[in-house]
Amino acid sequence: MIAAAASLAAGFLALSLVATGLRGRSWASVFVYGASAVLSLGLLGAGLVALVTGGAATHMTLPVGLPWLGAHLRLDALSAVFAAIIGLGGAAISAYAIGYGRQEHEPHRVLPFYPGFLGAMTMVVLAADAFTFLLSWETMSLLSWALVLTHHREQETRGAGYLYLVMAGFGTMVLLLAFGLMAGADGSYDFAAMRAVEHGPALAALVLGLTAVGAGSKAGLLPLHVWLPVAHPAAPSHVSALMSGVMTKVALYGFIRVAFDLLGPVPWWMSVPVIVTGAVTAVMGILFANVDGDAKRVLAYSTIENIGVIFAALGLALAFRANDMQTLAALALTAGLIHAMNHMLFKSLLFMVAGAVLNATGRHDLDGLGGLIHRMPKTAFLALVGVTAISALPPLNGFVSEWLLFQAILQSPQLSQPGLQFLVPAVGGLLALAAALAAACFVRFYGVIFLGRPRTDVAQEAVETDRWSLSAMAGLALLCGFAGIVPGLLVDLVAPAVERALGSRVPMQAGNHWFTLVPVANVQSSYSGFLVMVFVAISGGLSAWLVHRLASRRLRRAPAWDCGFPNADPVTQYGAGSFAQPIRRVMATVLAARETVTMPPPGDTKPARHTAHTEDLAWTRVYIPLIAFVGAAAARLNALQFLTIRRYLSLVFGSLILLLTGLTIWN
Amino acid sequence: MELIIGLILQGVQMLVVLALAPGLAGLVRKVKARLMRRRGAPVVQPYRDLMRLMRKDVVLAENASWLFRVSPYMIFAATWVAAALVPTFAIGLQFSWTADLIALVALLGSARFFLALAGMDAGTSFGGLGASREMMIGALAEPAMLLMVFTVALVAGSTQLSNVVTFVASDAVGIRVSMGLALVALIIVALAENARIPVDNPATHLELTMVHEAMVLEYSGRHLAMIELAASLKLLLYMALIGCIFVPWGIAPASAGAGGLALGALSFLAKLAVGGVMLAVFETSIAKMRVFRVPDFLGAALMLGLLGTLLLFVSRSL
Amino acid sequence: MHDLAFDIAHLLAGSLVLVSFMMIYQDRLYALLNTFALQALLLAMAVAWQAFTRDAPHLYATAAIALIFKAIIVPWALHRVVARMGIQRTVETVTGVVPTMLAGMGLVALSILLMLQLTEAAENPLAREDLAFALSVILLGMLMMVTRRNAVTQVVGFMSLENGLILAAAGAQGMPLVVEISVAFSVLIAMIVIGVFLFRIRERFDSVDTEALDAFRGERR
Repeated sequence: MIAAAASLAAGFLALSLVATGLRGRSWASVFVYGASAVLSLGLLGAGLVALVTGGAATHMTLPVGLPWLGAHLRLDALSAVFAAIIGLGGAAISAYAIGYGRQEHEPHRVLPFYPGFLGAMTMVVLAADAFTFLLSWETMSLLSWALVLTHHREQETRGAGYLYLVMAGFGTMVLLLAFGLMAGADGSYDFAAMRAVEHGPALAALVLGLTAVGAGSKAGLLPLHVWLPVAHPAAPSHVSALMSGVMTKVALYGFIRVAFDLLGPVPWWMSVPVIVTGAVTAVMGILFANVDGDAKRVLAYSTIENIGVIFAALGLALAFRANDMQTLAALALTAGLIHAMNHMLFKSLLFMVAGAVLNATGRHDLDGLGGLIHRMPKTAFLALVGVTAISALPPLNGFVSEWLLFQAILQSPQLSQPGLQFLVPAVGGLLALAAALAAACFVRFYGVIFLGRPRTDVAQEAVETDRWSLSAMAGLALLCGFAGIVPGLLVDLVAPAVERALGSRVPMQAGNHWFTLVPVANVQSSYSGFLVMVFVAISGGLSAWLVHRLASRRLRRAPAWDCGFPNADPVTQYGAGSFAQPIRRVMATVLAARETVTMPPPGDTKPARHTAHTEDLAWTRVYIPLIAFVGAAAARLNALQFLTIRRYLSLVFGSLILLLTGLTIWN
Repeated sequence: MELIIGLILQGVQMLVVLALAPGLAGLVRKVKARLMRRRGAPVVQPYRDLMRLMRKDVVLAENASWLFRVSPYMIFAATWVAAALVPTFAIGLQFSWTADLIALVALLGSARFFLALAGMDAGTSFGGLGASREMMIGALAEPAMLLMVFTVALVAGSTQLSNVVTFVASDAVGIRVSMGLALVALIIVALAENARIPVDNPATHLELTMVHEAMVLEYSGRHLAMIELAASLKLLLYMALIGCIFVPWGIAPASAGAGGLALGALSFLAKLAVGGVMLAVFETSIAKMRVFRVPDFLGAALMLGLLGTLLLFVSRSL
Repeated sequence: MHDLAFDIAHLLAGSLVLVSFMMIYQDRLYALLNTFALQALLLAMAVAWQAFTRDAPHLYATAAIALIFKAIIVPWALHRVVARMGIQRTVETVTGVVPTMLAGMGLVALSILLMLQLTEAAENPLAREDLAFALSVILLGMLMMVTRRNAVTQVVGFMSLENGLILAAAGAQGMPLVVEISVAFSVLIAMIVIGVFLFRIRERFDSVDTEALDAFRGERR
């Protein structure tokens, strides 16, 4: 299997090179995206086959890379799960891009990087030594950076690209440190060698922390999330979908690989920061999503929320593992992995929706849209599936992973540390808050874009998007429904990966009646998405049929009632800002929300103005001082540019002496 | 044979909740009217209202889409299924394991989600106002509910309602202050979720503070009937929930005979009557609060849920 | 261990903590005073229950003192103070109610964690639990004192803190009656002193908002 997966990755990279030569050909875009879709399907197949056959690891070494190391590649169950995620996401998004890419003004700014980005992500999950891993990781970062800069003529995009580059560089550097520490003094960068080494608790804690920072900066963990809401939306929509839906999962893979495979057991208290950061990230991410007014930024912030949820699940798994409760750890890890899959499905779908709306209207500010359900009925329906899934509502898939996670949280009293016993219920409350806020956020997202009356002329005249895009979105929507109705299938699918990481798994779900999910025997709880769906469909359909049959089926149209004060101006509808007002006021402290009203003096005919302002406290309190410090330090060091040659030489000499002295003292 | 009886019982449960729900709403209204020294409409008035609404034409706002027309049935179906899964007169029904307490809460969340979307569909200011406030209230009520669930699950060892009922009805529980806290938290959540005073007033229109009524303002005819029915089902659901978790006595065990079932039905009716009267008394004796006082109120429920868990740890760890 | 006696003691002590939260939640002065009276009443019941189960008659005296002084005299006196001074009836808070309650929840978790660890050696589970709850009540009383502006509410916070002390003392082994009475009187005297103080503040500044005092300390410009 590894040979197949590796050749697919190579195929992606080769396609990139081919695409470079296709500049100006009219069929280039269809060819590149089509080929990417086929390769992605192949990768999905390879991942699924590896999982279904039990997830036995296959291994190969290529004679490239560092001379004494070579490039180790390996496909085990964990890699296979993420290879399948990349493959599925890549296939759907590439199919979407066949239609969407036609609208691109400068396709040659996207095409060469797009397949390479997919290939680099594949390489990250296949890598089995630190060098290959980091090289692929950095390639992934740089190619996605190039993709973010597609529309580089816009000032905002350039700013986003710069911020992204800095954060990506920082993340890779931190990961480099983590792998260096794990490799130890002997410097064996092979994963197999790292696995064999016993790590002391202090070192393990340090490595875990560094990995969380490195992978978290890529995934969007608070407070390293600042680049995500600007960079993801700046890219073309299919690239946004790929970055939000798929690349963040690759970042998660990095964390899971280190925390659950390479590092070995870590002390229980290390799970606390992971759990707390995850929960806080979830709540803050979705709060920002609730008050933001840009469709794609809302989605990016919601990605931050979901990453937080997954990290909380992973932290919980760490806590259970530290207490030797492997079954419960398996439950939490399964919840995390399934949520990663689910999030790929619905977040890609929603970014595609945002792209379709952007193409149809040219706008991505929520307050410039409205009423699109009439103009784009198919997109609107698929978007409805997406928002229902992401809001964790039964019977769709988002609910399944949340449910599994809550079941794991409910088992936390079995943990032996009182600190965790107290912490985890509170975290459960936070996660429930995040889930409920997500529902609020996506009612707003869907309601302002698709419902109501159009707020602008472009929204009035929008047309339905193309068939490629629609079928890609429909495929993902179907999968959202399918994964929600037969969740046991997903649980069984990721089970080999969980078993490899923890030595235990959630019991086999395949034989359960009615596709019921029964996670752990002692949980004594069950949920059947299939039956819920059937019941809701039957009772809804039956009641509708009966009412129409027996009571009344007449219908007439009239102007909206609105308590007798209907207003013809669509601006009087609830918009993005007004919908966010209750939550903005309730959560004013954490959002640093301010509202100002400027009233004109009496007799003046100028309108009164109301402005609402929120800010990201991480940005204003951490990053801006940091940037100011770096700027000041750089200004001071500027003097070094104007030294004489003798002074430069003495600087070099001085550092040499310093290093030598340091070495002497060290030894 | 057993399967058939099981199916019949499950069907009876579905019909019972559906048949009783408007009556409960009527009872609350009647008692409230009597407490205010009015005569009030008869208890069966909601049934008449529903029949009348069903027969009337639907007047649809010009801008309303298919979502607006589908939503009432979705809301009704989700609420009905949720209500049918709460133990009312018997536990261990055929499909009672389909959803646990968390899934029940999420099903109600689906109903709220579609109601809020429908509120925004006509493109009026009142609809959006109701939707945004409803989602804010829901966002705070759900965590409180989950912490309540957590406390109950800690005591009973399961989130499956049948198991909870069996455990609480046994003598193993004793007096638990945590259960009391969970009860208060659940009552607060139930008041908020059902748009009752002090969070919302189900009897007003044209009031800036209304939430639920603002969302359904554009509905008429059979659509409005479905939504009203769903609202009364939800009230019944919460009463049944409080009844089965905190006063589970009388509920027929899984393998009860006809006598047990009859006793269960009687006790369920009694619980509903008591609950309805208590709700009416509470509503008449308290004033509605400002919308932005509601977060404090629900925050208190959240704290109660958390406190319940904490106290439980104390008594467990000793 | 989970017998009825323990359950009732647990119920009463837990209710004390709960009432502390209710006091934080209140936004009307009179309601606050009534809640305080309720807490004192619960305290009296908790102590009396301990006296009954442990057969320690001197705790009845403690309970009676709590009932008479704290559930009746002090709330009544404070009612009169508020009425006579016409203090604004709403409670002025420094931060919102929910953040304060969140902080309070953290304090309760902290005190439970701390006390259960510190008293691991102790035999009597009731005493351990009482200590944990007592510390919670004390910390919540302090929290109330620092997050409320009005001097009357600060007094109430102080009294509630003292309730926690009595609970701790009763739970441990019970204190000698002399100490008990002197504590009760000292609280009463404290209250009188604070009452006089209140009137003085008000005469001077037309307000009992203690932040008004800050302006006269010469630290603020």
